[in-house]
Amino acid sequence: MTETIINFAVKSTLHMTKRKDYSKDISEIRSMMERSSKFLALSGWAGIMAGIIALAGSYYAVYIIGFNPGEVSPHLPEGTLYNITVTAFLVFMLALSASVMFSRSRAKRKGEKIWNAASRQLLIQTAVPLVTGGILITISILKGLIGLAAPLSLIFYGLSLFNAGKHTVSEVQYLGFVQILFGLAGVTFIHLGMIFWAGGFGAAHIAYGLYMYIRYER
Amino acid sequence: MKGLIGHLNKSFESRVRLGIMSALAVNDKLDFNSLKDFLEVTDGNLASHIKALEKEDFIRVEKSFIGKKPNTKYFQTAKGRKAFENHLKALEEMISLQK
Repeated sequence: MTETIINFAVKSTLHMTKRKDYSKDISEIRSMMERSSKFLALSGWAGIMAGIIALAGSYYAVYIIGFNPGEVSPHLPEGTLYNITVTAFLVFMLALSASVMFSRSRAKRKGEKIWNAASRQLLIQTAVPLVTGGILITISILKGLIGLAAPLSLIFYGLSLFNAGKHTVSEVQYLGFVQILFGLAGVTFIHLGMIFWAGGFGAAHIAYGLYMYIRYER
Repeated sequence: MKGLIGHLNKSFESRVRLGIMSALAVNDKLDFNSLKDFLEVTDGNLASHIKALEKEDFIRVEKSFIGKKPNTKYFQTAKGRKAFENHLKALEEMISLQK
């Protein structure tokens, strides 16, 4: 009798320690799969800052430089093309540095490295559509199709965000869809191209960033 | 019960080995340093677990050169993938049986 009880006690203790291990194993497997394939330190603040920079940039482009093409190949005053190219480049660089800065500080807080196998994959996946779009836009501008530049940049940026979803928080895919829609709308209504551009790169980024911040970082 | 425990793979009892298999299940290839960063273990520790998994033919090494620098990458074999999936299934069954 005593033997049976002891036996039972030993068995159930074993059972209990094992139960704990099994679920722990599963959660560790899940966490490793996620950490090794997804860069999760992308900060909501990056979206908010990129959006603010884009809004400022589009305001400058439309109201200071006077860039607001009404047709696919508009006649621009001397110097406008140069000014808008410089502005676009600055906006892109500022938004990119803001994203890297905020994500780096979030990675540090989470104890992750910003440069790892997952972020490398993320970069490659986003770079291919982004560089393709950049080259296409350059060619279009050289051929005088200046009105297509803003909507095309939305479309290719949206595609690259959609790709990025596999290697970072999956919500960026929705942001990608929104950019693609704004881009297609911009191609359809060329004279509203800059408004859609401000809506996609500006407002949509800020909305996305706020949502991510409230949901995951607060 | 006994039959089920048979599916749990002894090779995956170590957390490091389980981690290596998990990381390689979702990445086509990973180099030594990436694995080391994800698992937060020492060189020697990781190397010995990699060797054990290689011996079972669950993972294999691919050696190439980037310029003059040797580049060693690891990937999961079909056998390793199967064994890992069976291990996962067994873990899930054990948990559901205990509920």
